[in-house]
Amino acid sequence: MTREEIENNGEDMMIDDPKPKIENDFNVHYLRIYYGNLFPYTDIHKWLSYGHDGKHPGCDEYYFGRREFSFTLENDVYLRYKSFKNASVMEDAIKSNFPYKIDIGAVYSVDPDKRHAYAHSGTNLFTPVERELVFDIDITDYDDVRYCCSGADVCSKCWPLMTVAIKVIDTSLREDFGFKHILWVFSGRRGVHCWVCDAKARRLTNEQRSAVAEYFRVYKGNENNAKKVDLMGHSLHPFLARSYVDFLKNFFEGELQATQSIFSSKEKYEKILGMITDEDIQSDLRGKWENSARSSLSEEATSRLRWEQLKKTLQSKKNKALSLRTCVEEIVFTFTYPRIDLEVSKQMNHLLKAPFCVHPKTGRVCVPIDPNNCDEFDPLAVPTLSQLIEEINSGGLRMDVDDDDSDRSLLGKSIKFFRSSFLEPLLKSCKEEIESSYKTKIAKTKDSFSW
Amino acid sequence: MEVIRSQKRTVSNDVVSTPTLPLYLTAPPMEVRLEEFELFAIDRLRVLKGVSDGLARGRNPNEMDDLVETLWKEHMRLSDVSEMINKDIISHFVLRLVYCRSDELKKWFLSMETALFRHRFRLKKIEEQRAIVGEFGLPYKAVIGAELESLKERLGLVARSLGQISSDVENIYYKVPFEEVPDLVAGRRVLLQKGYAFVAGSQLVSLVVTQFRSHLSKALILTNRKWTTTIREREKDRLTPIVEALSTSYLGPDYSQSSEYADISLKDIDQVSKSSFPLCMRHLFEKLREDHHLKHGGRMQLGLFLKGVGLKLDDALAFWREEFTKKVGSERFDKEYAYAIRHNYGKEGKRTDYTPYACSKIITSAPGAGDHHGCPYRHFSEDNLKAALGRMGLSSRGMEDVMDKVRNKHYQLACTLTFEAVYGTSCDTGINHPNQYFEESQKILKSKTPTAPV
Repeated sequence: MTREEIENNGEDMMIDDPKPKIENDFNVHYLRIYYGNLFPYTDIHKWLSYGHDGKHPGCDEYYFGRREFSFTLENDVYLRYKSFKNASVMEDAIKSNFPYKIDIGAVYSVDPDKRHAYAHSGTNLFTPVERELVFDIDITDYDDVRYCCSGADVCSKCWPLMTVAIKVIDTSLREDFGFKHILWVFSGRRGVHCWVCDAKARRLTNEQRSAVAEYFRVYKGNENNAKKVDLMGHSLHPFLARSYVDFLKNFFEGELQATQSIFSSKEKYEKILGMITDEDIQSDLRGKWENSARSSLSEEATSRLRWEQLKKTLQSKKNKALSLRTCVEEIVFTFTYPRIDLEVSKQMNHLLKAPFCVHPKTGRVCVPIDPNNCDEFDPLAVPTLSQLIEEINSGGLRMDVDDDDSDRSLLGKSIKFFRSSFLEPLLKSCKEEIESSYKTKIAKTKDSFSW
Repeated sequence: MEVIRSQKRTVSNDVVSTPTLPLYLTAPPMEVRLEEFELFAIDRLRVLKGVSDGLARGRNPNEMDDLVETLWKEHMRLSDVSEMINKDIISHFVLRLVYCRSDELKKWFLSMETALFRHRFRLKKIEEQRAIVGEFGLPYKAVIGAELESLKERLGLVARSLGQISSDVENIYYKVPFEEVPDLVAGRRVLLQKGYAFVAGSQLVSLVVTQFRSHLSKALILTNRKWTTTIREREKDRLTPIVEALSTSYLGPDYSQSSEYADISLKDIDQVSKSSFPLCMRHLFEKLREDHHLKHGGRMQLGLFLKGVGLKLDDALAFWREEFTKKVGSERFDKEYAYAIRHNYGKEGKRTDYTPYACSKIITSAPGAGDHHGCPYRHFSEDNLKAALGRMGLSSRGMEDVMDKVRNKHYQLACTLTFEAVYGTSCDTGINHPNQYFEESQKILKSKTPTAPV
């Protein structure tokens, strides 16, 4: 909102009924207050130290300092290769810059600040050493299958696509890959980020990250092809089968049909007919639907009816061609299966926005999402900068989240969740790992001294 | 390995007992004759370049298997099996020295050796493959009993998802951390559970290749270190010059002697430039006619090419004189340029008869402002290249194919496609040398109109 609009609103407030307070306001003043009082510096530092900020002799006190951060300041000024020795240095840097965006990069072999000292030798000594396995899912990648919004908008009708994506990916990360320490974060406007923080995940090479990303990849669409999901073979891979049975099928036939009515207009159903490789079946269905165009059923009911007709037709003709057997699944996958941004996941040096940042366009905080309760998450109810500032101003609430009032403060709930569900189990496992690898190291050196 | 000059070689007994596909984990103790050092490496390099060519042409895995078998027989076979294994090992380690010296060289060598290994492995019988897996000392256990039973149904689904019709599963599966088989994971070709992949016996190749590549990658870094710290200096009069020459070596005919297809005279040269010159030379030629001048790089590239094409020294002098005097005058030509032309023909100085540049040399050259040499497929902007290809008569469809190769940095394949489009035939050997392009072109044109000059 511009200054003008804010002032006009103010005038309106005197004449009309009091309007709700200005939402989604984002400016540097509010940002200062946020970073001055609310941003959880200690928690972020604890997380990214992975136990190395402890006193155990196996701890690497320089570990945190080798992590790259980047700041995006006002006016799109971009500062890369920032690094901080410890939490208070990080806090000072953020409080003196008030970045619009903070990104987290990889842990490098040497302090990013000192990388130029190592640039002279033939082989590159400044390389990423550890980095979380990350995923970025953005709802704009689904624009071809959501009819309620497009572009930067998101609403309660299409957000469930993100919910189902979280469920599919989270389940696979745990069941198939065996990962345990997974953090899902709202990106602030229209998507979600996933941070896989197990030690094994942090040490994956680019090739291995690429393999995981490709394992998740199903959708291969662009403007040039009508059929964007091609499930070949005589059956689905168990991962896809499980995703279909546990999540996608019910979502498609339930919520999606209710909110998107994907068969209700000619333009919409032509898109789906284009995914059926048999021309005869296409015309058969097209004929049926053109004739029933003026029926008295609601959009949703029409859609559901046509879906049943399509399934029935394909079932009866399934022996005509192998490709028809997976057609129903392909359509469901096209509309519901997660579409991740492969490039974000493939490279260790890719930077990703830090949790608890504030999105400049919406003013919303990038809060964690509980994958076990993601159906309850509402992107439009996430605390905004203005709401948080309002909360501070009105109640004079102490922002100390350790007391029992934490559930009452807007941000307290999120921070509490971050700590109890993610940080604590993670740090416990990190501690164990540092201790055990130290023991192994000591045992090895002892051996080398033995006769 | 020890490189010696003696006639006899003492072979260590270890070598004979190893299987026929060495893993190159360590350099075995053996003595190598100096001549073999270079020759073995050159033969292996021919194999690797053949592999590179096959991959760039998009050959499928089965075609690559056949190609590798053919290449290996052609270049690496010896009558004595143990001699053959020695050659295999020696050539690999020599090329490690050659290709460890920069990131670009390392990347190429790693890719080609891995591909070579992959296809040689695929050609082995399953028992031999298992033995090789054992060689690597990989700690993977076969999945048996109750665990296998519990997985059978899903393993069947995986097999069917890959096109198998029945849901029968193979006899042996290995339980492997998923990190070790990234390509199988990426293709959803394996069942995953709690971080482990269940790899079928028939998929062993993926496992082994990952190990091979990882090991070689680390070894190359160590080799590079040794090379730069000790070997290069110590061997500067013996092995170093050989090593440095090997990475840029062109392995075909050198066109220093003109053949029956290369014998042009001055009066034909304009016509021939339009009909038979590859794009790089055509461009230089046109610029020379236009500007009446070429800078040094251009003079060398075009001048030596013309020599290979059969232009005699006197004709060459007349040709360059005709153009240059339009700009710099006769006296300056004699003073500054004639000597260099005679030098190229081996008539001055140390009388080396310089050979025309091969594509590899032209592609790696670095034309600057005012230069017109180099490889247009590499050095031209996309627009300029398209315009030039248009002038050669390519259709827009043909041009797209060529541009596709260019974008993937396959400059010689782009030139080959141009050749094929212009003359309407296929060129299976690929273009490696501008004079080869010329000769092949002349062959085709002469076979169409035997008597008239083309």
